Amino acid sequence: MNETTVNEPTTNDAVSPLPGMPRVRTCPFSPAPEYARLRENAPISQIAFPGGGSGWLVTRYEDVRAMLADPRFSSSLGMGAPHVRPVPAMLEKPRPGALLRLDEPEHTRYRRPVMRAFTVKRVQALRPRIQQIVDECLDAMERSGGPVDLVAELALPVTSLVICELLGVDYEDRDTFQGLAGQLLAIDASPEQTQAARLELGLFIAGLVAAKREQPGEDLLSTLIQEADADQDSPLTDEALTILGSLLLIAGHETTANMIALSTLTLLHHPGQFAALHHNPSLVQGAVDELLRYLTIIQFGLTRVATEDVTLGGRLICAGEYVIAALPSANRDPALGIDAPDRLDVTRDPAAHVAFGYGPHQCLGQQLARAELQITLTSLIQRFPTLRLAVPPEQVPYRDDMIIYGVHRLPVTW
Amino acid sequence: MRVTLDQDKCCGAGTCVLSAPDVFDQDDDGIAILLDPTPPAHLAAGVRDAATRCPAAAIRLEAE
Repeated sequence: MNETTVNEPTTNDAVSPLPGMPRVRTCPFSPAPEYARLRENAPISQIAFPGGGSGWLVTRYEDVRAMLADPRFSSSLGMGAPHVRPVPAMLEKPRPGALLRLDEPEHTRYRRPVMRAFTVKRVQALRPRIQQIVDECLDAMERSGGPVDLVAELALPVTSLVICELLGVDYEDRDTFQGLAGQLLAIDASPEQTQAARLELGLFIAGLVAAKREQPGEDLLSTLIQEADADQDSPLTDEALTILGSLLLIAGHETTANMIALSTLTLLHHPGQFAALHHNPSLVQGAVDELLRYLTIIQFGLTRVATEDVTLGGRLICAGEYVIAALPSANRDPALGIDAPDRLDVTRDPAAHVAFGYGPHQCLGQQLARAELQITLTSLIQRFPTLRLAVPPEQVPYRDDMIIYGVHRLPVTW
Repeated sequence: MRVTLDQDKCCGAGTCVLSAPDVFDQDDDGIAILLDPTPPAHLAAGVRDAATRCPAAAIRLEAE
């Protein structure tokens, strides 16, 4: 452990350019092997950003948790993911309702009104409807006879339908918001392209807010509008409602859809564990958290900016510097307290992983994500115990080019 | 074991309810509720798990 808080550049640091974010995987289900070396030798190390500048990459479990729980690391001073794609030169002020970019106490003011839709009990009550949606997708797959693209026929429809019904978005508009999600999350998109997609999504949701004010439904967006209109102190302006709605819609379908498809593929590569879930469906709760940990699809982690000089893991981080919490690395750290963290084991007790992040920003929709994953994976495995890839494994297109990892398509048959 | 819960810190993730459903619940707004500040010994493992997982570090444990 480094006892000093002074960063002493080695001669090597001084002459060679900084490395970038580790991105080269040798196994599609595991993060870049470089992370294991960094955890051991340089747990908090400097990396260069593709658009210029640099930041600190935090790779150990304890340091990642400490960083994400520490209010001195701000969500609002930084923007986007500068460690993987260029961000606008001008720092944009966080807008109301932009949960991912707000610090306390503003963050909690906007998080609390939506929290209630995602409690353990509320999600429990949604389970029968989720099951129905999953069964309908599986029926359609069965009728078509295969091969089918599991992303297009199961993963995306299930998660999109669930968040549409919860939020009050018309499922007929799925091509619009699924397409915009693709543009928002592509790492080769320019700042202008990302901004254009964000504006278009904002217009779409703003139109919805206006329509729901005229004709409220039984959905979350209508409830939030009615509460905001009844309380003049409410922080939920139309701008905030639009931004919150956009976030919930994108985060609500894209993340879980990728987990469904990538988890399925992972289990196909681990037939013993697929069989274990087939013979004992009650394993699914632990299995889903193990898959969340093992796959950690927020593949480039989370960014913060230090608001003052902070010592983290023996390193001095200076005010204004970017810090990146490498979630995939933290979830493979032996310090997580599980045996052989690089091994997938759906029968183990779930680890206290950071796949949903950590600290006050930890995923708001995690109980919904768990329910969707548990129901979808269990039902898929029970319905198609002979499920298999319909293409050679090397032809599966992985999402190395997206902020959220997964597969672009997953052709399967049975 | 004595448990304290800081509701002001709670961010409504619901992790405590999954870890120790006999000791924690959520109110309608998603804020955690402490059902039993002195849980029996057989629930201690779940309560420790809830404290470890709580993303807001809102759960404190003291040995009695």
